[in-house]
Parts: sequence; C-alpha cells; structure tokens
Amino acid sequence: MTIERQAARPGAAAGPPQGRPPRLARALSLAAARLIFLGPGLTYLIVLLVVPLALMLSYTIFRRGRFGGVVYETTGENFTRLVDPLYFDIVLNSIKIAVLTTLIALLIGYPTAYVIARLPRKWKTIALIAIVLPFWTNFLIRVYAWVILLSGPGLVNKVLTGFGLIDEPLKLLYNEGAVVTGLLYSYLPLMILPLYAAIERLDPSLLEASANLGARPSRTFWSVTLPLTAPGALTGCVFVFVPCLGNFVIPELLGGGRSIMVGNLIRDQFLKARDWPFGSTLQLAVIAALIVLLFLQAWASRVYGGDRRA
Amino acid sequence: MRRPRLILVPFWLTYVFLYAPILVLVVMSFNSGKSPYVYEGFSLKWFGELAGNATVRQGLVNTLIVAVGATVLSTVLGTLLAVGMARYTRSRLLDAFGLLPAVMPDLALAIGLLIFYSAIRMTLGLHSIVLAHAVFGMAFVAAVVRTRLAHADTSLEEASRDLGATPLTTFLRITLPTLAPGIAAGALLAFTLSIDEFVLAFFTAAPTEPTLPIVIYSMVRFGVTPQINALATLLLAVSFTVVIAAQRMTRLTESLR
Repeated sequence: MTIERQAARPGAAAGPPQGRPPRLARALSLAAARLIFLGPGLTYLIVLLVVPLALMLSYTIFRRGRFGGVVYETTGENFTRLVDPLYFDIVLNSIKIAVLTTLIALLIGYPTAYVIARLPRKWKTIALIAIVLPFWTNFLIRVYAWVILLSGPGLVNKVLTGFGLIDEPLKLLYNEGAVVTGLLYSYLPLMILPLYAAIERLDPSLLEASANLGARPSRTFWSVTLPLTAPGALTGCVFVFVPCLGNFVIPELLGGGRSIMVGNLIRDQFLKARDWPFGSTLQLAVIAALIVLLFLQAWASRVYGGDRRA
Repeated sequence: MRRPRLILVPFWLTYVFLYAPILVLVVMSFNSGKSPYVYEGFSLKWFGELAGNATVRQGLVNTLIVAVGATVLSTVLGTLLAVGMARYTRSRLLDAFGLLPAVMPDLALAIGLLIFYSAIRMTLGLHSIVLAHAVFGMAFVAAVVRTRLAHADTSLEEASRDLGATPLTTFLRITLPTLAPGIAAGALLAFTLSIDEFVLAFFTAAPTEPTLPIVIYSMVRFGVTPQINALATLLLAVSFTVVIAAQRMTRLTESLR
C-alpha cells in the first residue's frame, strides 16, 4: 500500500477511511470495517432480541400443551380469550391504574419541575440530584418501604391518628390505592426530568412579551408556558405510563395476592399456569397498546409544534 | 415577578414523599427492637444478623459475577457498535435498532428470552442472566459512547491514517484512548443497571442461583424482617456514594475541558 500525503478533507469522518488505496481495496476495507465493528453487536441483538421476540410473537397462534410447553398447532383461541371479560377487565383495570398514576405524577411533577427550573443555579443541581437519587436505589427496597409505611401500625396511620384525622387505623395496604402509591413513588422522577428540561428551555423573552402585553401571570401560564412545555409533559407521561403498565412486583407486594394488573397476569401465565402461548398473546396486546400510545404522543407533539428548538 | 407561594406546596411535598420512606427504613435499621413500627433504641444487631445470612451473601456474590460479566460483554459490543454506527454507516434504521433494547418493556424481553432459552434447550444459570443483561447494557454503552464520538475531533484519526497507520493501529492508538472516558461512563452505567435489575434476572435465573434483587424479593414476600432494613441502609449508602461520586467526576471532567 503506497502512502501519499493528502490534505485531510473536512467531513471525511462519516465516510470510509480516506487513505489512498485503490477503489476495490477501499470498498473491501470498508466492508471489513463494517463486519468488524457492526457485526458482533448486530449479531448479538438479532440472536438475543429479535429472535426471542419473534418466537414470542409466533407463540400467540399456537396451543398450549397439556402439561405446559407448546403444541405447534395453529389456533385463534388465545385471541378470543384475550377479550374474555375475565382477562379483558384486568387489562382495562391496568390501563386505568396506569393512567391514574400518570395523571397524579403530572399534577405533582409539573409544579415541582417548575420550581426547580426557577431555582438559582447552585440549588438547581442539588434539587435535581435529590430527585434522581431515590431512583438509583434498589427498586424492591423502595417497594418494601411502602409495605412498612402503609401497614396497619405503619407511619401513615400513626400520622393520621396523631393529627386526629382518623380514630381507627385505615386499611391502606393491599388495595389499588397502595398500588398507585407504589407506582407513583417508583416513577415520579421520570415525569419530573423531561418536564424540567422543557421548562428550562422556555424562552424568558416570550414570558416577558406576554406580561408586557398586559397578560396576568395566570393568563401567561395558560397561553404561553403550558402549550410550549406540553411536549415535555407528554414525554414524561409516556415515561411513567410504560413501566406502570408492565409492572408486576408492585401489584403483588402492595396490592395483595390477586392478579390486578396485566403484568401479574402475564407473569402467572409463564410461571404458574404454564400457558406460554396465552402469556405471549397478553404481552403482544400490551406492546400493541404501547405502540399506539407512542404514535399518539408523536402526533400530539407535532400538533403542539413540538420543541421550538433551532 | 412575584410568584404565589402556593406553588411551593407540591414542590416540598414531592421531596417529603421521596425521602420519608427512605428515612423510615434507615432509622428502623438501627432499631434494637424486632418491630418495624416502633423505635426502641439504637443497636447494630440487624447488621450483624444480615452479615450472618448466607442466602444474602450468596446473592450478593451472584449479583457481582453477573454484573461483571454483563459489563464486559456490554462494553465490548456496545463500543464496537458505536464506532461502527458513527464511522462506517449512516442508517437511521440502525440507530433505532440500537436503541430498541433500552425502550423495550423489560417484561416482554424477559419472557421472549425465557421462550428462546427453552427453545434452544439451554440450562438457566448465571450465564443466562449475563446474556440477558448485556442486551440492554450494550444499548446504553453504545448510546453513551456515540455522544462522545459525536463531539470527538476526527483530525487525529485522519492524521494517523495519512502517516501510514493501519486502520487497526489507528483504532487502538487514537480512537480508543479518545473514547476512554465515554467507555468508562458507559461501563459504569451498565454495571449499576445490572446490579439493580430484577425482572430479566427473575425470569432467566436458575432457582438455585438467585441474584440479590431476587433474594430481596423473596424476603419481602416472605414477611417483614428488620434484616431487610439493614440491607436497605447498606444499599442506599452505596447508591448515594456512587451517584454523588459520578456527579463530582463529571463536574471535574467538565472543568478540565
């Protein structure tokens, strides 16, 4: 390989190496580089992500074996069972719980993110770290904390009776309220971060213009701040909603033994009922719901004009 | 512009909500009594009991083995993928594909892998968790390294090539050292994520070889024991230290630029 000096061309980075070998050799070396750099990772993802998901997808049309496992006879009964009220109500209930959690997270998260974005620089960093710190601690430990707090003699009942708000300890654990609390506690940071980023990016001159044109602060908020930060709010909603929908640990540990969310239902199909085809079908339904949600989010972001970033 | 003070109520409420449960766990882990609801005095006995708990110790060892294995695998695959995606191709489809594991619901990936492992008749164990964790670990490493690549100066690589270095030499002597901080950050991220990961591990672990999160899960299901509080305090101390150290390090590297 002869080497000649050549002025480095700007923008050569994205293309093939800009050495001086003849064309064929260059094409070969590009192919070799792609094979070396992209080959291992892509092969890995295809074998351990695409193939498993394709298998899961294919299981939805097969029948379960008598003792678990799968019989490769096509059937549509998994999909008919999906709309059986017995299961469909659980799916609807999960969506209800996930929506409720997301809405509460938005209502608490928006003012919190707003205050953080308006803090002086030094405090801002500390406030943000304080938001993500609990998120970096073990998920099960955080759920366990609520088991202790919400139980009969737990702190929440102690505080409520201490203030004289209630006479008898309430039954706070093992119901849907406990599940929503646990989900909210686990995923609230995921709502606050994108909201903070959106509020932080707001152009202050727009708020000033609104004020100078005679709008009250409340009017400015509804007409300027809220529409411009809506994409961030939508992102936060998706970030919270998605993990809520698939969760099975919180419904089990805080909601009691019954299957009350689709996550438990899927888990039980795989580990208790040994009905893998039906479990796969339920999971497919959840993924389909999430894909619809993501398209809705993309569409809503476009309608709102998305982020006004240059 | 004066803000109404009302907005500070949800702000402080958020922090009370986030930290009260953690505080209760920590305080109760130093409780001398057995009840998780009544504080009876200071004692370290639960930490002693925890240290004597063989299941927890074994779970911790398994977790560390899995995390190291998954981190090595994720870092090698993710770094190569990031360089390949940034330097040798420009495909939006590939970008999306590389991010897919990070946005995939973990339960879906877990059952997919369970079906896959049983279809190829692979026995479950620590190795099956390592393979599962590397799927998302790789995506995070690739994402972190790619941001580093986007800001990297390519003139050094070009100079190296112009001076007659082979692509391999250029990669090893120029590209890798430039990317080292990004690779280290990605590896740290993959490691922490693997240590705390529960759903994939739960589905792909052998019953005899649980990781620490699986051990905690069965402890919580089994009932309330102050040992969990002691474990919680230790884990909290570790995560707080790591997060704050990482924050300090990024501040340090930013100030050096």
